[in-house]
Amino acid sequence: MLDIFTYPFMIKAFFVAFMIALCAPCIGLPIVLKRFSAIGDATSHSALGGIAFGLLIGINPIIGAVVFSIVAVLSVERLRKAFGTYHEIATVIVMSAGIGLTAVLSAFIKNGSANISSFMFGSIVAISDFELWLSLILCAVVLVMTFLLYKENFAITFDEEAAALSGIPVRLINFIVMLLTAILVSVASRIVGALMISSLLVIPVANAMLISKSYKQTLTLSIVFSEFITLAGLFVSFYMNLRPGGTIVLMGVVILVITAIIKPKK
Amino acid sequence: MNNEVINVENLTFEYTDTAVLKNVNFKLYKGDFLGIIGANGAGKSTLIKLILNLLTPDSGKIELFGTDFAKARKKIGYVSQKANSFNSDFPATVKEVVRANLFAEKGLFKPYTKKDDEKVLSALELVGMTQYRNKLIGSLSGGEQQRVFIARALVREPELLLMDEPTVGIDAKSVHDIMEIIKNLNRNGMTIIMTNHDTPTLLEVSNKLLIFCEHGYEEFVTMSDLSLERISDILAGKRLHKHA
Ligand SMILES: Nc1ncnc2c1ncn2[C@@H]1O[C@H](COP(=O)(O)OP(=O)(O)O)[C@@H](O)[C@H]1O
Ligand SMILES: [Mg+2]
Repeated sequence: MLDIFTYPFMIKAFFVAFMIALCAPCIGLPIVLKRFSAIGDATSHSALGGIAFGLLIGINPIIGAVVFSIVAVLSVERLRKAFGTYHEIATVIVMSAGIGLTAVLSAFIKNGSANISSFMFGSIVAISDFELWLSLILCAVVLVMTFLLYKENFAITFDEEAAALSGIPVRLINFIVMLLTAILVSVASRIVGALMISSLLVIPVANAMLISKSYKQTLTLSIVFSEFITLAGLFVSFYMNLRPGGTIVLMGVVILVITAIIKPKK
Repeated sequence: MNNEVINVENLTFEYTDTAVLKNVNFKLYKGDFLGIIGANGAGKSTLIKLILNLLTPDSGKIELFGTDFAKARKKIGYVSQKANSFNSDFPATVKEVVRANLFAEKGLFKPYTKKDDEKVLSALELVGMTQYRNKLIGSLSGGEQQRVFIARALVREPELLLMDEPTVGIDAKSVHDIMEIIKNLNRNGMTIIMTNHDTPTLLEVSNKLLIFCEHGYEEFVTMSDLSLERISDILAGKRLHKHA
């Protein structure tokens, strides 16, 4: 048996990472196809603010992250309307608020910068049983919801106006997807890292889009890519003593570049 | 039996400061083909959006199948101008695109079934696109894509089909094929409302016309023996009927 699996904390880490890698493309696909990739960044920077807040007042940082990132996606939705066709400004503003808050709050935390940076870039740490279950349950919620909303998400991302005309509750479903994004980003901050999860939302989907011949295939392939880079990244980072989030994302970029070079003509 | 499909009464609408429609009235029955004619910016698309409940009238009413849009939704199909309807590199097959229009009726959380796929295939059959069903939508020509979008509307078996400039930016041969498909649907009893900047094409297929004139009023006429010249007279603002 590989000695990596003799460490109970590694087994926990693999469980959580597996679930995150499964969820990331389910959320990432509608976001990327709606040209809304930047929501991942706005959410994750706000999640960091929540993590700093949690560390400061002594509540579990993942719970702090969930609360702050939900506030963030709601703010983005609200601000987008104010800017009309220049709605992408909204994500930048919320992102700025999040990172500003993180910078200010982290100065007050004991051992602040080391603590925060482990959440930024991810780390292989001993996950408490509470965090393990919280993560697994939240991931399961994300997974079940995106599975149940698969067909509505397709209709909305392809043509929002037609979806609304056909009677799909477009605003409700967009809202649910935003909430799920906030939850997933928060859960991922521990192992993958808050600054890395938005890449994990986008890169596997981008990779799949290069070679897929249908929507269903895009989703399936992006899950395969996502699992591969996440589990392999975690493995490599353990043996080479690297940060898992960075390793996962870099692995994704390398595969993406290779795919782009050798991709078969569609 | 009441065959009334749409009843528009005293419909008035303006954007923040542009008056667009003033007291528009018309009625259509099953099997009618209404052509909407008028210069750019006359308000044709605005009227379609009002019918589709994408805009709310300032006053007046629109009755669809004797009720409102929400209740009549299932019976209404819509085909928009091809250009503004999707990202051309969207990874979806023709079949996936057409099938999506069945989802609302299934309800949230319910999967689609084999029977839905049969409906998709017969809709594609109607527009002659069955053999393209597994192709990426972005890999088709403009005319082929528009046929797929017509199939997408048809998959719900609508009784009223609204089309806003369905042939813009499409090559002449495809325009001809598409008009043949639409004529056929109409012959089989589907009520159709279509705007088109190409007046002669519209005259050939319509039995009723709504003409937006240059001077800000509309004429609703039945095509008994309306000639092209008469229509350009109306377009230029010479009233057909005396208004009170
Ligand atoms: N969203 C909008 N806001 C303000 N004015 C609009 C809007 N859409 C259209 N208009 C104006 O309303 C008028 C009618 O537009 P439209 O219905 O698109 O005309 P058509 O389809 O006949 O070319 C035009 O003067 C247009 O500039
Ligand atoms: Mg128009």
